[in-house]
Amino acid sequence: MSTATATPGKLWGGGKSPFNVEYGKLMMWYFLMSDAFTFGAFLISYGTVRFSTNGWPDPNEVFRSYPFAPEGAHAPLVFVSIMTFILIISSVTMVLAVHAGHNMDKKKVVVNLILTILGGLAFLGCQAWEWNHLHSEGAWWGHNPFLNHDGTAASTNFTNFFFTITGFHGFHVFSGVIINIIMLIMTLRDVFEKRGHYLMIEKAGLYWHFVDLVWVFVFTCFYLI
Amino acid sequence: MSNEAVLHAHSGVATHEVHGDHHHEHHHHETFITKYVFSQDHKMIAKQFLITGMVWAVIGGLMSVLFRLQLGYPESTFPWLEDLLGKWAKGGRITPEAYYALVTTHGTVLVFFVLTAGLSGTFANFLIPLQVGARDMASPFLNMLSYWFFFLASVVMLSSIFVETGPFSGGWTAYPPLSALGAASPGSKTGMDLWIISMALFVVSSLLGGLNYIATILNMRTKGMSMTRMPLTIWALFFTAVLGVLSFPVLFSGFILLIFDRNFGTSFYLSDIFIAGQGALPNEGGSAILYQHLFWFLGHPEVYIILLPAMGMVSEILSVNSRKPIFGYMAMVGSLFAIAILAFLVWAHHMFVTGLNPFLGSIFVLLTLLIAVPSAIKVFNWLTTLWRGNIRFTPGMMFAIGFVSLFISGGLTGIWLGNSALDIHLHDTYFVIAHFHIVMGVASMFGMFAGIYHWFPKMYGRYLNNTLGYVHFWVTMIGAYLIFWPMHYEGLAGMPRRYYDYSSWESFKQFIELNRFISTVAMIVFAVQLLFLFNFFYSIFKGRKVKTQNPWGSNTLEWTTPIRPGHGNWPGEIPEVHRWAYDYGKDGKEFIPQTTPVGADESHH
Repeated sequence: MSTATATPGKLWGGGKSPFNVEYGKLMMWYFLMSDAFTFGAFLISYGTVRFSTNGWPDPNEVFRSYPFAPEGAHAPLVFVSIMTFILIISSVTMVLAVHAGHNMDKKKVVVNLILTILGGLAFLGCQAWEWNHLHSEGAWWGHNPFLNHDGTAASTNFTNFFFTITGFHGFHVFSGVIINIIMLIMTLRDVFEKRGHYLMIEKAGLYWHFVDLVWVFVFTCFYLI
Repeated sequence: MSNEAVLHAHSGVATHEVHGDHHHEHHHHETFITKYVFSQDHKMIAKQFLITGMVWAVIGGLMSVLFRLQLGYPESTFPWLEDLLGKWAKGGRITPEAYYALVTTHGTVLVFFVLTAGLSGTFANFLIPLQVGARDMASPFLNMLSYWFFFLASVVMLSSIFVETGPFSGGWTAYPPLSALGAASPGSKTGMDLWIISMALFVVSSLLGGLNYIATILNMRTKGMSMTRMPLTIWALFFTAVLGVLSFPVLFSGFILLIFDRNFGTSFYLSDIFIAGQGALPNEGGSAILYQHLFWFLGHPEVYIILLPAMGMVSEILSVNSRKPIFGYMAMVGSLFAIAILAFLVWAHHMFVTGLNPFLGSIFVLLTLLIAVPSAIKVFNWLTTLWRGNIRFTPGMMFAIGFVSLFISGGLTGIWLGNSALDIHLHDTYFVIAHFHIVMGVASMFGMFAGIYHWFPKMYGRYLNNTLGYVHFWVTMIGAYLIFWPMHYEGLAGMPRRYYDYSSWESFKQFIELNRFISTVAMIVFAVQLLFLFNFFYSIFKGRKVKTQNPWGSNTLEWTTPIRPGHGNWPGEIPEVHRWAYDYGKDGKEFIPQTTPVGADESHH
């Protein structure tokens, strides 16, 4: 035990943050880890049930439509690719907003936040359309109209997991949009200008990127595999 | 804060009694509401957690007395039970439904509300800012929310006891299908809905608290308080918070799937189920085992969430009252870390007999038995800390030593249960009940009592009564062993847990007298806890006043605050730390507080 040596100036010596971040950002990181475990549990549950089930519907057959598509259109993954693209672009605009915040450039923060919010809303709109479309085909919690790869009747767990997990993710996107709207209002009211920093936007940005990252996993598990 | 305030704080407690803590009120005005109800002071929030936890301990303990009455006297009737429980004890005998509801609620309440919120909620809130040298938690507001989410969870859980169909009665683990199908039992109806809402609120509370504890410990340590100078309490509370933040979300996912199974016609956990009177259910393709995996991924870390704070406080109290440095500080930190990691890798040892792949089982046996290594390191370090110490047998110290005894007794049976082959015989018997009550339940209660007796002077500026404390300790200590030791024999004889009436089985008739003995002791031990409660509340108002700033001669920072610290903890500057927390008996000095600069001629060790 080196009790006799003084440790001023050391990173972990106390009196300062070892990661050089304020507590809110640290809490956000730990919250995201916690949330990652929530999604992880969902996706592992999904995997467990899926791989202990004999057959599973083919995503290329289930997700093959898009808005205003002609009857019987067969465009697998086109619509969800657009959704994913929108969400990833919204992450880019979020990065730009955070960057503008570093430069104390209020105008650019506002523009990029608005774009991010629009991206989030567009994604939610797409998801609403897709849910509505699947619902019109008879899919819902406890109802699965889609057949397995081999043409046999599938268990309802395909739709059960799809609606639960994409719904839980959609709820995260929705709360992210709300957070971003609050950030926008605070920016417009010069709250951050007065504080002298745009740290809150950085924390909101962490959350938004996390939600995007989760979507990559959800997308892979439900649409690709 | 001015020097005057410091002087005032030292000038005697009597003035405080009259004027309250007005010396720090030129910061902000406090009303009754902001000081006692929606308080953002970590010390007040800690007291709120503690007293709410005590209320739950009484409720949960009383429940165990009621079902022990049934187990001890299965043939007798008690008319007063009908007065108390109404239709749940028709004719003075607890009904089977009520029995299961009591067992379930007892487990849920004691595990989550008393030993999680009541233990780490209390002491993480109270000790973290005081011992790392911070004015308050990183976010006092979220800290307040954490308590109020717990309060809401409490209200919902309490209300579930009063609904017509009764509280949930499918065991504290809430396995489906009993938890997923309302038709499965009366308690699976509204009672289960309320149970799950309450637990969801509890998860939120625990998350908000845990994030705060982590951020405070990492970010808000005072100057000089490096990680390796922190008292072991703080290390233990840190790992506890990390365990909570990473394991509760998995339980939360499990609950969400359960809610869908209950209300929205899904079959995540359900497959091929036949209900008497209803016929076959349409649910197909789900897996009840999936829930068990999700539950125990929290459930196992949860036992360490309960145990680690007790371990941390016991380490501190043993060292202070042995007047010796803790033996093997870094080994203590390392074993806490090892336990925190292993906690996530052993959950399936609760599931050996569910049809788990035997190969997977053997891996979980290995990982489970590995926990014996850090646990043994801790035990040896506690014993060597006591070895040739100048021991002061304060009530807090008695409970700390009691903790070590219970941890050894209960931990050794864990080695039996961790073997999948032995577990085939012992699973779901009273052997398991005995094991986890001793090692997790009673031991952690002892850690909590040790903490309360030790830090009560800091919390309330008064001492608890020692005589009552010793009575409390000895009756609880002897009682705990008399209650749970015989259960090992019952379990080895194959007596299953959760049965309503053992007298109808020829093989268990031999235990009728023993069960009656256990029930009698349980009632005596419960009565002694009421004595403790009396001591607690009496001493808050009438106890012997604390006259010195550092009554235990302790090194840690909480004893450098005024006897009754206000919001902000230290009038004036936050103290700077120059050494670790365990310089007891060094260089001929009895103790050297952490704030004392290292002398030029001081020895290394």
